Amino acid sequence: MRVLGVVTMVVACVVFAGFLGLAVWQISGAPAPVSLPGLLAVNLEASGVEHPVTAVLLNFRSYDTLLEIGVLVIAGIAGISMARTTSLEDPDLRTSDSLLYALQRWFVPLMLLLAGYLLWAGSDRPGGAFQAGAVLAASGVMMRLGGIPMDFLRPGVLLRLGLALGFTVFLLVAVASALAGEAFLAYPEGFAKPLILVIETVLTFSIAMVLLALFVSAPVNRAQEPEEGERG
Amino acid sequence: MIEWLLDGLLVLALLTTAVAVLASRNLFRAVVMFIAFGLLMALAWVRLQAPDIALAEAAIGAGLSGVLLLDAARHLGYNRGGRSK
Amino acid sequence: MSSQLLYAFAGVALCGIGLFGYIRLDHLLRKLLAFNLMGSGVFLVMVGLAQRGGEPDPVPQALVLTGIVVAIAATALAVVLIRRYYHLSGRTTLAESGPEPKNTPKPEAHPEGAEV
Repeated sequence: MRVLGVVTMVVACVVFAGFLGLAVWQISGAPAPVSLPGLLAVNLEASGVEHPVTAVLLNFRSYDTLLEIGVLVIAGIAGISMARTTSLEDPDLRTSDSLLYALQRWFVPLMLLLAGYLLWAGSDRPGGAFQAGAVLAASGVMMRLGGIPMDFLRPGVLLRLGLALGFTVFLLVAVASALAGEAFLAYPEGFAKPLILVIETVLTFSIAMVLLALFVSAPVNRAQEPEEGERG
Repeated sequence: MIEWLLDGLLVLALLTTAVAVLASRNLFRAVVMFIAFGLLMALAWVRLQAPDIALAEAAIGAGLSGVLLLDAARHLGYNRGGRSK
Repeated sequence: MSSQLLYAFAGVALCGIGLFGYIRLDHLLRKLLAFNLMGSGVFLVMVGLAQRGGEPDPVPQALVLTGIVVAIAATALAVVLIRRYYHLSGRTTLAESGPEPKNTPKPEAHPEGAEV
């Protein structure tokens, strides 16, 4: 019966949550085997940045970040391959709403500035590539909602370049240090900070492009699939 | 003592908005509750001494994700219920 | 029990709530919302449990930061898929398996917005 099914599901989820809670309780009772904040405090100056989260993301655990940007690029490719919208200069999209227009004029430059600040501030205070990329994508979404035509989002060289740039540069740095004889993804001595800055910049750009491309390819209408040869 | 009150209320608000996301009959209302949930999560990250995550959650969870899901909800039809067979 | 551990337990509760919603609800977009709730619960457990001693720990914070960005990308891809599925089949729930009833909607029956 229907009620029996619902009750079973509720009981199952409660049991699941109960076991999870029990596991959390057990783990919290035992002391941690290694103190990661302690290890970090010792090694922070060697990493090239002063903010511990940025140091972890782009130096100590840079492999995770490399794989993460790879996953983002794959998601972006999958999304834009299913894109099916009319021309991005569709007059339907252009807004006549004066409030949105005013918001765009005021907010988009501020948001671009904020993204740049967040990227720069990531070295010694909370900030960094991910937050800056999100704010940049948000400004792009705002422009898109107002119907501003954005050329780089059409299928073509510029879109692909933007999507691939972050992952490619990061991978190049990783492989270059491997070819130079050190470990894969080990920054050379003294070059850590400029390398991290370069990588963060291209990561910001790429993350923003992926999120914006996924947002733009969400709507579906009766347009034809964009042909490769037509718009180059 | 006051911090326990703050944390307790925040946790209660998180769980309430989460239930409201799933129990709303109107899809638009569910997405709006999801945006509210994202903002409350940003507060929770601040309480957990994680300002980077709070920044990212506010920008992504409440901002980008909200716009994306609102757009989708509008096109998929508001009033489809959530109840199953 | 510190306040960070309270957030970890809140994360556990969110996982349970999200799981229940994911199984119960039929509408694909609601399943997506429930799945995101589970993800947020997992992030709370990760950071809350690691920081139960009161001291901020940057490693799980970095992992959760990465996780949030990957989750939004996956959500966006899921929205693209859901909207395409709706466009092609006219349904917002997954089709039941079994013999097709006589009056299935034709493909391309529901272009979003404009008339064909």
